[in-house]
Amino acid sequence: MNIIQFNKFYKHFGFFSFLLIVISVFFLLFKGLNFGVDFKGGTLIEIRLESSDHSVSKVRDVFSKSNLSNLTVKNFGNDKDYVIKFQKQNLKNPEFINNLKKEISESFPDINFRRVENVGPKVSSELLKSGIIAISLSLAAMLLYIWIRFEWQFSLGAILALFHDVIITLGIFSFLSLEINLSIIAAVLTIVGYSMNDTVVIFDRVRDNLRKHIDIHINDLTNQSINETLSRTILTSFTTLLALLSIFFLGGEILRGFSLAMILGVIIGTYSSIYIANPVLVKLNVNHYTVVKKEEDKN
Amino acid sequence: MLYFSKIKIITVILITIIFIYLSLSNLFKFDDNFLKNKINLGLDLQGGSYLLLEIDNQPIISQTLQNKLIDLKKFFNDKAIVAKNFTIENNKIFFESNPTFIDKILEFLSDKDSDLNPYFENFKTHQYIVDQNENFFSIYLSDYGIVVLNTSSLDQAVEIVRRRVDETGTNEPNILKRGNNRILVELPGLDNPARIKSLLGKTANLTFQFVSSNKNDGFGTEKLKFDNNIDEATVSKRIILNGDNLVDAKPRMDTQNNETIVSFTLDRVGAKKFARATTENVGKQLAIILDGKIISAPSIREPIVGGSGQISGNFTFQSATDLALLLRSGALPAPMNIIEERTVGPDLGKDSIKAGILSLIVGFSLVVIFMIYKYRIFGLIANFTLITNLSLLIGVLTLFGATLTLPGIAGIILTVGMAVDANVLIFERIKEEIKKENNKIIAFDSGYIKSKTAIIDANITTLIAAVILFFMGSGPVKGFSVTLGVGILTTLFSVYFIARLLTSIYIKSNKDKEKLI
Repeated sequence: MNIIQFNKFYKHFGFFSFLLIVISVFFLLFKGLNFGVDFKGGTLIEIRLESSDHSVSKVRDVFSKSNLSNLTVKNFGNDKDYVIKFQKQNLKNPEFINNLKKEISESFPDINFRRVENVGPKVSSELLKSGIIAISLSLAAMLLYIWIRFEWQFSLGAILALFHDVIITLGIFSFLSLEINLSIIAAVLTIVGYSMNDTVVIFDRVRDNLRKHIDIHINDLTNQSINETLSRTILTSFTTLLALLSIFFLGGEILRGFSLAMILGVIIGTYSSIYIANPVLVKLNVNHYTVVKKEEDKN
Repeated sequence: MLYFSKIKIITVILITIIFIYLSLSNLFKFDDNFLKNKINLGLDLQGGSYLLLEIDNQPIISQTLQNKLIDLKKFFNDKAIVAKNFTIENNKIFFESNPTFIDKILEFLSDKDSDLNPYFENFKTHQYIVDQNENFFSIYLSDYGIVVLNTSSLDQAVEIVRRRVDETGTNEPNILKRGNNRILVELPGLDNPARIKSLLGKTANLTFQFVSSNKNDGFGTEKLKFDNNIDEATVSKRIILNGDNLVDAKPRMDTQNNETIVSFTLDRVGAKKFARATTENVGKQLAIILDGKIISAPSIREPIVGGSGQISGNFTFQSATDLALLLRSGALPAPMNIIEERTVGPDLGKDSIKAGILSLIVGFSLVVIFMIYKYRIFGLIANFTLITNLSLLIGVLTLFGATLTLPGIAGIILTVGMAVDANVLIFERIKEEIKKENNKIIAFDSGYIKSKTAIIDANITTLIAAVILFFMGSGPVKGFSVTLGVGILTTLFSVYFIARLLTSIYIKSNKDKEKLI
C-alpha cells in the first residue's frame, strides 16, 4: 500500500493555516459579517414578477418611492424573483407592511409576494446572542466530550482544529460578503460536529496505534494513522459532499448559503483533521506512555 | 458480533416493518385506526404566517403599585400610623414615617398571613420587598412578585389572542407562550396576516348588567343567552361597569365555608360605580356578560364597597379559574407589539418542497451509485441499509408528529451523506483485518468490534451539535436539528442491526469465497 507522507508537510500547512486564520480574523474584524434580517433586524420581502421585462433597477425605483432606509434589491436565483431588504420605518404600525404591499402592487399588477420577514431590533439582537451562545456551547460540549474520552493533548488538538474550521469558514463568508442568517448558525454547528467526527476517527486510530507501538515516533505514528483511515476519510467526505452539492445546486435559493457553508466546512474540516489536529499531538510529544500509563492507573 | 439469536432477528425485522409502514403512511392513505400521526409541514413548506407578539407589562406594574399605594394609605390610616409623602417613582412606592412607627410598619409589612404584603410559601418570598432607611421607606415588587404579574398577564393575553384567532376561522392555529412576556402565533396557510394583525389590536367587550324582568326599565332590556347557549335571561341595557374598570381577577378558596370563589379587583372609578350600584340593588342578579353572552348571573348578597368583590357559585377550582380568566380577559391586559413576522406564500412553499425532494432524490441516488461502484456487494448492503435508515427516520418523525421544514429536508439529505460513514468505517476496518486474519468470519467480527468506538464517538459529537441546536435554535432551524439528531440514531440502529444482520447472512453463506470484500 502506498503511504502518503502527510507528515512531511505538517510545517508548511501549519503555516498556511496560520496565515488563513490571520487573514480571516483580519476580515472579520475590519470588514465584518454581512448579517441578514435575522440578526440585524429589518424587513425582507421576496417577490416574483411573472413577466420578465422588469429589472433590479426598476424594482428599486418602485420601492424607493415608499421612503425606505437602507434599501437593497437583488435578484434571487432567477430573473423573475427579487429580494428586497430595508430597515423598517414604523415598528408600532401593524398596517405598515400591508400598506406597502398595496403601494407596490399598483406599479406591478402581476406581483406575487412570496415571502415577508420582519424582525424587530429586540428579536434580532436576541437571535444573534443565542446564535453565539449555541456555537460557544457546542464548542464547550465538544471539548468536554473529547476530554472525557481522550487525553488532554488530544482535546487540545481537536479544539484547535474546530476553532480553525469555524474561523476560516466565517472568514470566507466575510470575504465574499455572504449573508449570515439563522441557517448559517445551523451550518456552523453541524460543521463543528462533522469536523469533530472526522478528527475523532483519526485520533481513535492514533491512540490505538500508540498502545500497540512503543518505539514509533509520534510524527510517523500520526502519519501511519492518517493513512490507515484515509480511505474512510475520503469516502465519507465524498458522499457528504455529494449530498451537499445536490442541495447546493437543486435545493433552491433559500438553502444555498447553508449548503455553501457546509461544503466549505466539510472541506476545511477534513483538512484540519489531518493538518491541524495531528501536528498538535506531535508538538506535544504524545507517546506510548501518554495513553498507556493512564489506563494502568485506572486498573 | 455476527451472531444473531432468532428472537433478535424477528425483533429487528418487526421494528423495521413497522417504521417502513409508518413512513409510507405519509404517502398513501391507509384506512385504519392504527396511527393517525402524520409528518406536519412547517410554515416554510406549506406557507403561512408566524407572528411573535410582545406584551408591554409596564402599565400593569404601574397600576398594581398605584392600587397598593391606596391600600397602604388606608391601612396605615386605620391603624393610626403616621405615614406621609407617598410617591411612586421607578416602580417603587416611597413614603415617610417617624421613629415611633418604624417597627410597627415593618412588622405589618412582613406579616406572612396578611394580604397587605402576601407571602408565597413555595418561593419563600413576599410579593413586595420593603427597604427602610431611618424614616424613609421604599416598597417594590419582588422578583417573584413580578413573575406572578407577568405570568398572569401572559395567560390573559394568550387566551385573548386565541379567542381572536379562532374567531377568524384560521385552520389549526398554533398559539404558544414564549418566555414570560411573548406569544407566538402560527397560522398555517395564511399568506396575508393583515386581518389577524389588526384584530389582535382590538379589545373584547366585557360588561356588568343587571338581570331585569321589568320591561319599563329606563334603559330598555335585551334577551341574552348564557355561555352554554341553552339558558337565557333578560338583562337591563344599562351598563354598570365594563371591562376597562377591571384590574384583576383570581380564583380563591373561601376559608370560611371551604368553597371556591372568584375574587375581582376594580380600579377607583369602577369601585365607586360598583359600590353605588350594589348598595341600591341588594338581592338582584348581576349578569356578567362577555361578547354578548352571559357568563354567570350571581345575586348580590350585600353592598360591595371595597373596590373588590367575589363571585360564589358551584365552582370547581377549574371553573373558577376559567371565570377569573374570562373576567380578566375583558381587554388585553397590556399593549402588545408584533416584534417578529414571517410569512411564506403557498407557491414558495410548493417550490421549496419540490426543490427539497429533487435534491434529496439526486443526492440519494449519487450516494447509492457511488457505494455500489466502490463496494459492490457490500455497497448493496450499505444501500439497503440506507433505504431502511431513511424509512426509519421518516417513520420516527411520523410517530412523533414532527414538523418538517426546508432545513429539515436538508438535514435528511445530510444524514444520507453521512449515514454511509459508519458502514464505510466498518468495511474499511474489515479489509484491514482480512489481511491479517485467515478466518474470514473472525476478520469480519473483529472489524465490527474494532470500529465500534470510533463510530460511537463520531456520532455522539454530531448528536451533541444537534441537541444544542434543538434547544437554542428557533423555527425552521429547529427542524434541521430534529432530522439530523433522529437521523444519527436511526443510522446507528440500521448499521448495527440491519447491516450487520445482512452482512452475517452473506458471510455465512459465502465464507469459502476467495475475495469477499
